[in-house]
Amino acid sequence: MSSSAATAIRPAQPGALERAVRRNGWTIGLYLLLLAFLLFTKLIHESFGAFDIETLAIGALPLALAAAAQTAAVVAGGIDLSVGALMALANVLAASLMLNQSFGTALGIAALVLIMGALAGALNGALVVATKVPDIVVTLAMSFVWGGVALLVLPHPGGGAPPEFQALASGRFLTEWVPNALVVLVLSVGLIWYPLQRTRLGLSLYAVGSDALAAFRSGVDVARAKIVSYTVCGLFAAAGGLALTMTTGIGSPLAGTYYTLSGVAAVVLGGVSLAGGRGGMLAPLAAAYILTIIPTDLLFLGADPNFGQVIQGAIMVLVVMAAGLISLRRSGA
Amino acid sequence: MSATKPAPSPSATMVRCAQDWRRRAREQTIISLLILLVALVALLDVIRPGMVSLNWISSTLLYAAPLGILAAGQTLVMLTGGIDLSVAAVATAAGYVMASQATAQGDARAVFFGLGIAAAVGLVNGIGVGVLRVQPLIMTLGMSLVVAGFLTVYQVLAVASAAAVPGFVTAVGSGTSLGFIPNSLVLWVPIAALVIWGLRRSGYGRLLYAVGDNPTAARLAGVRVWEVLVVDYVLSGLLAGIAGIDLAGLTSTATIDLGNSFLLPSIAAVVIGGTSIFGGRGGYGGSIVGALILTVLVSLLTIIDAPEPFRQVLYGAIILGVAAAYTRVVNE
Repeated sequence: MSSSAATAIRPAQPGALERAVRRNGWTIGLYLLLLAFLLFTKLIHESFGAFDIETLAIGALPLALAAAAQTAAVVAGGIDLSVGALMALANVLAASLMLNQSFGTALGIAALVLIMGALAGALNGALVVATKVPDIVVTLAMSFVWGGVALLVLPHPGGGAPPEFQALASGRFLTEWVPNALVVLVLSVGLIWYPLQRTRLGLSLYAVGSDALAAFRSGVDVARAKIVSYTVCGLFAAAGGLALTMTTGIGSPLAGTYYTLSGVAAVVLGGVSLAGGRGGMLAPLAAAYILTIIPTDLLFLGADPNFGQVIQGAIMVLVVMAAGLISLRRSGA
Repeated sequence: MSATKPAPSPSATMVRCAQDWRRRAREQTIISLLILLVALVALLDVIRPGMVSLNWISSTLLYAAPLGILAAGQTLVMLTGGIDLSVAAVATAAGYVMASQATAQGDARAVFFGLGIAAAVGLVNGIGVGVLRVQPLIMTLGMSLVVAGFLTVYQVLAVASAAAVPGFVTAVGSGTSLGFIPNSLVLWVPIAALVIWGLRRSGYGRLLYAVGDNPTAARLAGVRVWEVLVVDYVLSGLLAGIAGIDLAGLTSTATIDLGNSFLLPSIAAVVIGGTSIFGGRGGYGGSIVGALILTVLVSLLTIIDAPEPFRQVLYGAIILGVAAAYTRVVNE
């Protein structure tokens, strides 16, 4: 959407379009795959229509935001295994505070929860920087901390949110083919990530993820970049938790556990290198939709939807193998 | 000490003492870990006098055994710069399949099935990492999703045959001999001896360090890196399988979330134990002490009677604290 469209508008140099297509091949391919999945679903399930698209968008919203959170950490060379716990924390905070409140208060609470998520993410990042312990160990340990805090806020599933707040993610926008959940997703990613990506700070995230030492020697503040990437990660995770509150209407302290690893799966499928420094937000979002549509299709096909997890794992591995083979062949040629 | 030099000031002596201590701690990390372990046990005895007894040691070892065996596989993988995120799913699969097949297939064959599945998953991991060059994190995470998914489907299919843990597995996992010697040491001690000996003395052990330290150098020196990695991940899978069966014996039940809570501790035990997550440095001795520290920590958090949320927060914070202190000492 962003870079390919931008190049198309620009007065065309010879081969500019071709270059853009090649550079964004993975993203374009993934959107084509998503389209193929939608068509396939239409084939096996005649009545698949606007309503089902809305259901899909609602179902995919938390995972898509988890994927966005993970992407923010991964491009800067980190990984955040506490995304699920942070989502659960935001979910229970929102649900327990919003119970029996007016819509206006609920929006204020949502803003507070987002700030809390950003602060929690900043703490993750500060700990990674201060302790010099590998990211994966720090965030795994912090997943216990945030999970514990979530249990502290709300020991059992409960709480609630005003119907207007829940309605933010359901329903459609303007035409019946654009579900609100998609609008929420595009807005939250578009308003947070794309402005950041265009600043020096955003560029420094990619620089640090690509080669921290080289970035440091070029004068990039590595510690600041790391902390910013985890802050953005926490912000998206909190948005994902709010999405859980919108779509389920309650808070559950264990709701987030699924999203840590599935978020990583979406990031990998989205072509974001776990080594850092490469990848954008568009492809992981499409990947989140694909990972959500697979169990639905299995259900339509009459198969056990639990195979969805198997397929998710298998796709993740196969995608990386394919990417490895392609780059191997390219470097060999 | 020469007379021409001014006498060192007290603070300088202290600094040198601290440096000296740091150097020693770096060389003998396992000693500082043992000191931490003893301190935790002492704290336990202060909080609840008379708690630390032969019986307590015996039950602590019983509870530490599955974690210790899981950490063995995790150590082997981390030494090559990898990580195995599938150990918990594999342990669960081995324990659950073993228990659900015991009635129909007989005890010995059921155990064999469980271990076979574990080794097979390890083989797939190894081929993925070693031959197809998938990042270990992605490969093992993907396989853990695959295994967990299959297990959920299998549970629905196998619901007719009740899961029953064979008697001898329960005896090994939770029994004691001569009053206090935990039976699971029958598994853990030979495994520990073999892994420690293998890492220090065998050619394969050296290859693991070589591959972890610098895979390119290892390859150029004529090491078939992919073979080393495939064997490594099969071993990790097999050890996870043994741990899962031991765990089923310990709890006498097998559910499909049997081993799920062991994923973080298995990594934490290795990291606390001083094995570098980037490979090439560390050993199993530290991981054993790490597993014991984590087990004592859990019982410490249990007896202070804090509510579950607090326990979780403390557990995470303490793991992070120990890992941070450790990194500081080693990198100084």
